[in-house]
Amino acid sequence: MFRDFLKIDVSPLVWAVFRRHLIVFSRNWKVNISFNFFEPLLYLVALGIGLGAYVRPMEGLPYLNYLAPGLVASSAMFATAYECTYGTFIRMEFQKTFQAMVSTPVSMDDVIAGELLYGIFKSVVYGSVIIVVITLLGLVKSPWVLLAPPVMAVAGLLFALLSIVWTGLVPRIDNFNYFFSLIMTPLFLFSGVFFPLTGLPVLIQKAAWFSPLYHVVNLTRGLILGQVGIWLVWELLWIIAVVVLLFPFPFYLMRRLVIR
Amino acid sequence: MDVIVAENLVKEYNGFPAVRGISFRVCEGECFGFLGPNGAGKTSTVRMIYCFSPVSSGQLTVLGMDVRTQAREIKRRLGVVPQENNLDPDLKVLQNLLVYASFFRLPKNKARLTAMELLEFFGLADKAHERVDTLSGGMKRRLTIARALINKPAVLILDEPTTGLDPQARHMVWQRLRRLKEQGVTLILTTHYMEEASQLCDRLVVMDEGEILEEGEPRRLISKHIGAEILEVGFAAAREREIVRQLNGLIRGYQVVGENVFLYPHNGQELLKALQRMPFQLNHQFLRPATLEDVFLKLTGKKLQD
Repeated sequence: MFRDFLKIDVSPLVWAVFRRHLIVFSRNWKVNISFNFFEPLLYLVALGIGLGAYVRPMEGLPYLNYLAPGLVASSAMFATAYECTYGTFIRMEFQKTFQAMVSTPVSMDDVIAGELLYGIFKSVVYGSVIIVVITLLGLVKSPWVLLAPPVMAVAGLLFALLSIVWTGLVPRIDNFNYFFSLIMTPLFLFSGVFFPLTGLPVLIQKAAWFSPLYHVVNLTRGLILGQVGIWLVWELLWIIAVVVLLFPFPFYLMRRLVIR
Repeated sequence: MDVIVAENLVKEYNGFPAVRGISFRVCEGECFGFLGPNGAGKTSTVRMIYCFSPVSSGQLTVLGMDVRTQAREIKRRLGVVPQENNLDPDLKVLQNLLVYASFFRLPKNKARLTAMELLEFFGLADKAHERVDTLSGGMKRRLTIARALINKPAVLILDEPTTGLDPQARHMVWQRLRRLKEQGVTLILTTHYMEEASQLCDRLVVMDEGEILEEGEPRRLISKHIGAEILEVGFAAAREREIVRQLNGLIRGYQVVGENVFLYPHNGQELLKALQRMPFQLNHQFLRPATLEDVFLKLTGKKLQD
């Protein structure tokens, strides 16, 4: 039983699965990108510029500068979370794409690994698009920003794992609303995207340590603003540790769901 | 050579036995059918063959390989047409074939060539760049079969290949399948259409409730269980026992179907004459050739389709 759980049968065919997703993505990437880029831009304008005019500097920064790196992290998170909940579910349940794939030499684990790769890809692309925008706005202060895309990749893997675990546990399309309102939105609000957590009750500050987005925000903000130090490594290790811990679950859950 | 060998094959879903210890062999180059009503265990059986569902117990080898340990190698040499169309709606018609080919690691140029040939063969060449959801039901089915052939499989498995198609589309699919058989492809199909089974299958098993009831060539099964003809007669009241007793010697068996009795005559015309001499009121009478449906009815007391 436990051995089954840890036995993950992934082959190089995972790249063929990933390529299928890229073909689909390339068919309507303009629409995809512009929508995902639009929402963070709204936040940037409304909160960063509009609200920011009335807000005291945060951690010594104008509000717009404080907010921008947080939005990089959160838009990467949302892009992956949507893909690996609604996207994954639609491919599995409505389009039966997974069933078609596993009738070929592709294994179910190849399919899930392909979904994870696509989640990573989305995180990197949507995070990077925002980075480009805020660079153009002059909000990026350090060449350390070049390390942000690899960080987006690791973060993308984490959010992809979390999302597919949810998809595997509650495979009904209505339940994804709960995922976003009960998990994603609180993460979005209380992970230091909009304000430092130091003003909040101690309990919430402590709870934030368990938020994956909190660590991703710290990392991206550090790299974008050039506030680097050994503490960034600890943030990264937190993410990697959770990735390792979660890794077998989506494979196990989805295998159980699709293969009967 | 036996392409598929199953011994005491069992499939259980959470303790519910869908396939209850069946054994069968499929020979190279033949068209082998699983005939039975919905829920007979046909789909469960073929899903084990194409390594989708794990075998609960028993032995199953495909092309000489064990499904438990060599799934990828087996799948490389199979073509699968599942019951539900699962074409990729995010991709165009030709892309569907090319992406599927990439799962077999076929070289791109070769895949494109094969894909164009297949689209031609299935009358879809002019649809190559259409979206999949613009195709009709029959075209989708043909595309699904084309997709299953992209790797030039040794065995093509078709789960209810024409369910839901109109008669014209169905005949078109049958025609293509017969040509594939002529080309030497081993075909395995499940169906609950007796016409499909008798049109295509060299050999078949009749399944019901997870078990194999009979096995053989369609015509032999009919002549073994029924004979050449069936005389359907309707009586005024439930007097079949009395009537059947009086017909003893003229029939080799019978089956009560609702208000009707299906008589299996030694000679249809003689039975008709004999019936006319009897002092019973007959509501109707109808002499027709016997079919696999009648065999199934005799074996189970049920109809194949509702």
